[in-house]
Amino acid sequence: MSNMRISPAPHIQGKQNTRSLMRDVIIALMPALAVSICFFGWGTIIVTLTAILSCVLCEWLIQKFLLKEEPSIKDLSAIVTGLILAFNLPSNLSPLLVVLGSVVAIGVGKMTFGGLGNNPFNPALVGRVFMLISFPVQMTTWPKPTGFFTSIDAVTGATPLAIMKEGLANGMTVQEITAANPDSFSYIQMLFGQIGGSLGEISTLALLIGFGYLLFRKVITWHIPITIFATIFVFAGLLHLADSAHFVDPLFHLLTGGIMLGAIYMATDYVTSPMTKKGMVIFGIGIGVVTIIIRAFGGYPEGISFAILFMNAFVPLINRHMKPKRFGEVKKNG
Amino acid sequence: MAKESTLKNMVLVLTLITCVAAALLAAVYGLTKEPIEQAGVNKVNAAIQDVLPEFDNNPFEEKMELPLEGAAAVQSILYRESAPESLTFYPAAKNGEPVGMAVETFTNQGFSGRITLMVGFLPDGTINKTSIISHSETPGLGDKIDASKSNFSKQFEGQNPATFKLIVKKDGGDIDAITASTITSRAFCDAMVRAYNAYILYKLE
Amino acid sequence: MSKLGILTKGIFKENPIFVLVLGMCPTLATTTSAINGMGMGAATMFVLMLSNLFISLVAGIIPDKVRIPAYIVVIAAFVTMVDLSMAAYVPDLHKSLGVFIPLIVVNCIVLGRAEAFAAKNKPFDSMLDGIGIGLGFTLGLTLLGAVRELLGNNSIFGIKPLEGDGMLIFVLAPGAFLALGYLMVLFNKLKKRTSS
Repeated sequence: MSNMRISPAPHIQGKQNTRSLMRDVIIALMPALAVSICFFGWGTIIVTLTAILSCVLCEWLIQKFLLKEEPSIKDLSAIVTGLILAFNLPSNLSPLLVVLGSVVAIGVGKMTFGGLGNNPFNPALVGRVFMLISFPVQMTTWPKPTGFFTSIDAVTGATPLAIMKEGLANGMTVQEITAANPDSFSYIQMLFGQIGGSLGEISTLALLIGFGYLLFRKVITWHIPITIFATIFVFAGLLHLADSAHFVDPLFHLLTGGIMLGAIYMATDYVTSPMTKKGMVIFGIGIGVVTIIIRAFGGYPEGISFAILFMNAFVPLINRHMKPKRFGEVKKNG
Repeated sequence: MAKESTLKNMVLVLTLITCVAAALLAAVYGLTKEPIEQAGVNKVNAAIQDVLPEFDNNPFEEKMELPLEGAAAVQSILYRESAPESLTFYPAAKNGEPVGMAVETFTNQGFSGRITLMVGFLPDGTINKTSIISHSETPGLGDKIDASKSNFSKQFEGQNPATFKLIVKKDGGDIDAITASTITSRAFCDAMVRAYNAYILYKLE
Repeated sequence: MSKLGILTKGIFKENPIFVLVLGMCPTLATTTSAINGMGMGAATMFVLMLSNLFISLVAGIIPDKVRIPAYIVVIAAFVTMVDLSMAAYVPDLHKSLGVFIPLIVVNCIVLGRAEAFAAKNKPFDSMLDGIGIGLGFTLGLTLLGAVRELLGNNSIFGIKPLEGDGMLIFVLAPGAFLALGYLMVLFNKLKKRTSS
């Protein structure tokens, strides 16, 4: 029954069901997880396992005892939520806080609205934003990636985005900030993931490999991620052209923070993204614009999670106005 | 109940009700005028007592307004609410001897706008204590400038800004910034510097 | 309805926050701590009690067409009195409630009770109704404030039972919606159980 509840978007055909889709998403996330384990070591393993276990357990408990319905953990969706939530957390976060984030993600973000298929917002992001607002200090002190044996209380460092934001707030220009922190602004390191950040967002390359796999398996289409990338590139590029001393170049925006993770794995969540291709493009443009507005003008250094949640709220509206033409309908004259 | 409405009774009833309301309000206003003023004074006095050693005069009565000049002045066009053009000084004395000076200072560089605080200086310029009067910083982050929430403001106590740099360590000073609230910490230092500079200027005159 | 019934119906059966869902603006904005919620509730209760009593007394002479302006003048007068008294005697609480004290004037509970109850009932009953609804409002605000303070600041009525910080989101606006939503769920569940 649980397989029937979710209706995959209209473009999906074939024998896929929730379980096989979720399995493909998990496989696609593996390269990024491997990179993260390489750089953060045990921290990554502990946070990831805690998040997955508590998400699954929380969903099972709520379905079994509160809703008194058949638990649907076999569809693997709680595992995906746990995995993506973990990817959004710093690898040195205390397990207790990880459990809390998972309970909020599943309990508030998903089950309150009736479970998989009914939640208007991406559950993992609800968990992450809840944590970010509630524990700003713990959520924004990231360990420096040093290798497999990074200890839990290793040296902490800011993300490139945070360094940039603080420098700009302090009256420095982009060029001065880059010159002062050469280590934090190497694009090659950003590509491979040797930068500060949440445990799953660091390696652009690994996330892109997962993107390739998802496209190959036809789990997602290119529309949402590519529109987000393009919008960010164009919008940030325009700002950079207008004032290169105060707005950093668009490539920096694409390579840092959670853009890859957010655009490929969170914005494309079936339940919380539009059904039609045209709707997806509008959704993607919205996310890109809001992200750059928050990054360039807002109080937080990173804005993609807020942007996705914000656009999630518009999905019903987009779906309503972007209905595909019904087959067989006669075109009205005049 | 619905009484028929004629022009005469509508005007009459409304006039009557407004008159009674006005009379009542006038009475309450008269009764509370003094306590409200007293409450404002008490608040300032409590802040002064908080930041200075024991005194026996009435600093509030002897307060002075010192205009801000040059770099200490803040261009008010940048801010929605205009910046004060002067700082208020409250001199404290015991048995006729000056024991310190409370300075009400401010900064507009807080994360969410203006922060107003009271700083107590001893006669040699050493900072005695500080007390926050008003702020709108983020709860849990910037609001740690409040002495009841963290030890941030305690590191200023007993330091003389002549030898102690009122700048956060990140910018080459002596102050440990609040974790994840560098902007607020910088703003706090800005207010302290403004108060100290004004106090030095006052002592020279 | 018995006098006791009028007095107690606001607490549970017609609770202005959890059942009638009225006065949401002060409910969400002022309940950052238990004491703030209680102060806001007490101020509203005072206004409700006096405005209900007064309006019920004069309802007979107010012409139908000007009744709303007349009620508003009465309510505004009482609110201003509360505002001034709080500024004089509890300045700290007054400062933390800020603009929401003057805003009691436009709280729909107050005008709603005036129109729906006080204008049609005897003065004493109206006063009881004001106290009852005000009590329900106060209890609701205090409960919400206590929950938000406990979760958000790890303290209750300013007392910290355990060391450590809370979940900040609960003292901010989104936490108000979350806490209110889940309290409403609990309330409805309780109500269902008692009625069946």
